[in-house]
Amino acid sequence: MTTQEIVKPENLVYTKPSVMNDTTMHYCPGCSHGVVHKLIAEVIEEMGIQEETIGIAPVGCAVFAYNYLDIDWQEAAHGRAPALATAVKRLMPEKFVFTYQGDGDLAAIGTAETIHACNRGENIVIIFINNGIYGMTGGQMAPTTLEGMKTATTPYGRNVELNGYPLPITNLVALLKGTRYVTRQSVHTAAAVRKAKQAIRKAFENSKETRGTSFVEIVSTCSSGWKMTPVNSNKWMEENMFKEYPIGDLKNE
Amino acid sequence: MAKIEGRIVVNNERCKGCELCVVACPTNALALSKHVNNKGYNYAYMLHEEACIGCANCGSVCPDACITVYKVKNS
Amino acid sequence: MKEEVKLMKGNEAIAHAAMRCGCDGYFGYPITPQTEIMETLMENEPWKTTGMVVLQAESEVAAINMVYGGAGCGKKVMTSSSSPGMSLKQEGISYMAGANLPAVIVSVMRGGPGLGTIQPSQADYFQTVKGGGHGDYKMITLAPASVQEMADFTVLAFELAFKYNIVCVILADGIIGQMMEKVVLPPFQPRLTNEEIKQKYPWATTGKTPDRKRNVITSLELDSALMEQRNIDLQKKYHLIEENEVRIEEINCKDAEYLLIAFGASARICQKVIELAREEGIKLGLLRPITLFPFPTKIIKNHTEKLKGILTVELNAGQMVEDVRLAVNGKIPVEHFGRMGGIVPTVEEVLDATKNLIANIQK
Repeated sequence: MTTQEIVKPENLVYTKPSVMNDTTMHYCPGCSHGVVHKLIAEVIEEMGIQEETIGIAPVGCAVFAYNYLDIDWQEAAHGRAPALATAVKRLMPEKFVFTYQGDGDLAAIGTAETIHACNRGENIVIIFINNGIYGMTGGQMAPTTLEGMKTATTPYGRNVELNGYPLPITNLVALLKGTRYVTRQSVHTAAAVRKAKQAIRKAFENSKETRGTSFVEIVSTCSSGWKMTPVNSNKWMEENMFKEYPIGDLKNE
Repeated sequence: MAKIEGRIVVNNERCKGCELCVVACPTNALALSKHVNNKGYNYAYMLHEEACIGCANCGSVCPDACITVYKVKNS
Repeated sequence: MKEEVKLMKGNEAIAHAAMRCGCDGYFGYPITPQTEIMETLMENEPWKTTGMVVLQAESEVAAINMVYGGAGCGKKVMTSSSSPGMSLKQEGISYMAGANLPAVIVSVMRGGPGLGTIQPSQADYFQTVKGGGHGDYKMITLAPASVQEMADFTVLAFELAFKYNIVCVILADGIIGQMMEKVVLPPFQPRLTNEEIKQKYPWATTGKTPDRKRNVITSLELDSALMEQRNIDLQKKYHLIEENEVRIEEINCKDAEYLLIAFGASARICQKVIELAREEGIKLGLLRPITLFPFPTKIIKNHTEKLKGILTVELNAGQMVEDVRLAVNGKIPVEHFGRMGGIVPTVEEVLDATKNLIANIQK
């Protein structure tokens, strides 16, 4: 068959979700942020909750997430997104409320907010993008930076004596009775993307009930910070990040 | 026997040439073009369009939602 | 011996000066436009040479509290941040003021309010000079206008901090932090030994020995009479600083009829403005406060005798202009010209504003 014969509306199997607008995203080529934004948009569209969803954006590369998904957003101060989300959800319990945070936002400056929102069991979704580095400010060490990993503030590799260990924030959060669903996913292959989308869907479905927080970590790449091509970043992630942050459910109640 | 044929349409200007779709394609149908878009990126294109099975792996992994996938099943 | 001249960013100069002037510790957090300070320290690994501690903290709040802890031990410690991070530090700063602790903070201003922009501004003058934290306190505030001053003021800031047991802020902006200029770094000074600290700073928590009472670093005082006395003592200290530590730069002020008053990057722009104004026969001078606290109130008051008008030039909505008006006390017109949001005015814009001021006065 010819291209003209195949490319017809009735043959459409996949396209950009409508909740994601046409604004070109500012992320670097190959950045996991774009994939996760797309999955969140697909879930919101499929659940028909565009008017019911409020997103809380972080400080980090995804500070401009509010430019790309056509839902209402609030921009939080660095690390404080779970606090905003707590108030939004408690004051408007019929809404779907999610935070979207990087590793500095969620596990460095925002540690207290993260732990306490989860401990209170807020009925929200926390999306945690873990690429082990501070992208926006130029590639500095994050709490989740791997031992030996080079960054702008660990130019010779992270040294545990000086800087401590990679912080297993997701494991800590899973220990709390307030969380009901804690999972780790990735988006580096089509199969992984499908599983990650299912996890995000489950998290949003969970938040209809009042049984606690859903926490979805996406182990991700940062081509610019890691100084690798997107394809090589995925390989490096598989070989290194997955050892420290294994994919799978930590809790599913 | 039913044969599945697919095609993709890439938004060339939105594409950043990250090559993740090329790697994700199970039939090696894609490649980065020698041409560049307005931002200077070598956008992805169908090198072997007849090899496409419309699986949408490319669309799934694309970080910029540039890819629209079509599929026809014919006997 | 010939001094070595290097080329580097303002932020880098702070880091190099700190390593050379006996700084014991730096605690910081990434934020644009000052992250190079910490990156330069990490790259140079001073813990291997001078033993200086360098730590990336989990937040600016953590960092200022690390500084509090280190200062309480009599150590020369510092942190750096930019506007949103400085807002976070206000509680810690107030605590340090109340506890009479010495430390250095570098604040590299960016546009605000809120998350704002990463472009430069001078809109944290109030936050720094008037006290963004709670209570009656002040911090010595130095305003560098060059990479050389970034280096020199690091040394000066520690000297003043320990002379008065006060927090000393180096208040720069994104331009001074990011620009590259020639600099001669300060000569190397070793860190104090623990013995020297015990001798020089007997108030520090170095470990209670039988020969002295225990040292307690605190800002808590529930007895009102005692608390008032604490505040009176703090005010005495600030008056002493106002008498003795004012620093300014004056360009072409002797015969000036009109004065530009500006600090930091806007003073650099004004340098060119007075050149152009003089070419047109306008008797314009520039007074650049180097210390914003203590503010050159008396000096400005003295100038007022022979001036017809003053224009402050600031990258904000009008902050330092209030202190100038207080000094002038209504005697002559004082106006403000400013750009906000990270916009930096051109020399022509400032010259036009100056001419407007003059025209309005002459009406």
